[in-house]
Amino acid sequence: MVKIFSLVGEYFTLMYRSISRPEKTAMFWKETFRQAAEIGVGSLLIIAIVATFIGAVSAVQFAYQFRNLSFIPMWWIGSIERKGIILELAPTISALLLAGKVGSNIASELGTMRISEQIDAYEIMGVNTPAYLIGPKVLASIFVVPMLVIVAVMLGIVGGWGAGLSGHFYSTAEYFRGVQDNFNSHDSVVMLVKATLFGYIISSVSCYMGFTVHGGAVEIGKASTRAVVYSSIFIIIVNFFVAFILL
Amino acid sequence: MIEIKNIKKSFGDVPVLKGISATFENGKCNLIIGKSGSGKTVALKCMVGLFEPDEGSILFDGRNITDMEFTARKELRKEIGMLFQGTALFDSLSVEENVRFPLDMFTDKTMEEKTERVNFCLERVNLANTNKKYPSDLSGGMKKRVGIARAIVMNPKYLFCDEPNSGLDPKTSIVIDDLIKEITQEYKITTVMNTHDMNSVMGIGDKIVFLHEGLKYWEGNNKEIMKITEGELFDFIFASDFLKDLRRRAQY
Repeated sequence: MVKIFSLVGEYFTLMYRSISRPEKTAMFWKETFRQAAEIGVGSLLIIAIVATFIGAVSAVQFAYQFRNLSFIPMWWIGSIERKGIILELAPTISALLLAGKVGSNIASELGTMRISEQIDAYEIMGVNTPAYLIGPKVLASIFVVPMLVIVAVMLGIVGGWGAGLSGHFYSTAEYFRGVQDNFNSHDSVVMLVKATLFGYIISSVSCYMGFTVHGGAVEIGKASTRAVVYSSIFIIIVNFFVAFILL
Repeated sequence: MIEIKNIKKSFGDVPVLKGISATFENGKCNLIIGKSGSGKTVALKCMVGLFEPDEGSILFDGRNITDMEFTARKELRKEIGMLFQGTALFDSLSVEENVRFPLDMFTDKTMEEKTERVNFCLERVNLANTNKKYPSDLSGGMKKRVGIARAIVMNPKYLFCDEPNSGLDPKTSIVIDDLIKEITQEYKITTVMNTHDMNSVMGIGDKIVFLHEGLKYWEGNNKEIMKITEGELFDFIFASDFLKDLRRRAQY
């Protein structure tokens, strides 16, 4: 129990240090934009592929289940798709994917820097290492993950449309009638809140795991795995509480 | 000048430094030598502030780093250059960006001024025209020289080198040693260097502190050390029977 409190205390101390004033603002923003490009552009393809096919397969599943229920019009699938993708599939599945890709990358990068004394080199120069190495990653992730989730929503809906047309479940007009029907902007707010929190969880947990590595190459691997596992667990837990509170 | 006074440091129940005092003079190559595990690296890391000593004080020209506030310590660190055992070059940056990093971070110089300074430092370590290369493109000796260029780019008053010859062939080791000695004398830097390389000890050891089991066992220079005839230091210098035999033959 003491160890858990100690870890939580260490995590929050590190996060507090990461939001302290950077030595040079220009360097901080340069690093933040570099991280944003790395996280955003580097993850765009995988998010696009997964979101499109998740949208497509869920459309096929709904069509399969509604086929024999004649009292349910097929345009409802568009409405269910929109709701499901915005509220759950896009933010959660994107976040879990990013926890695997970005989280492990951040943890192994910082872990390698720690083991190879690069972080010590920054500190000896007088650099506030949490503010320079962690702050930009967390900030970039908080901004970029919601953008990736918005892309995932759009492509998920397009995927559902494509699957429906291919399987002749509904026409384009029917599907987009469902997508637009009874749209509630609160759903988008919930999605953005989730995406922002997930972005923070992925980057901060992974940074903590990588920054505090001790030992050698084996420890970097373990830290990378821990970053993915803990980020995923926290994403699922936070997902529930956000839905519980905001819906 | 750097003075360390009665430095003690333990990790858990294991005492690593048991009370070391020494003075490292300006414009000289001050060497800390000793077997692996004798506490050399811990002593060096205490001096640069990477480890907090449990007891004792470390004075940089009278300024005690152990009781300094965070901001003052950060300012002092700008006067310190360090060459790491594994060089610790930033993988994602080119040679030029590595050397320029402290200037980018802590100065308001223009890009022309910074480039001029970087080129000067790279030429000083005989690495002109490597600006655009990445650390992965360089040999071990070249990486060490880039490390030296980065360490001196801010005109440090104190230079720390943690086993600068590890992993290098004897010829390249001598090149690195000579470079450190030249820079130390040229810029009147207080250089403190950890090593167990006897070529370095004999070549550049203006002052030598021998650590054994966390204590200062001997202090002197590269001429005095050859007069040692017995004890732990003798065993350290003449580690093999072949060397001991060679020395006996030289004496008679």
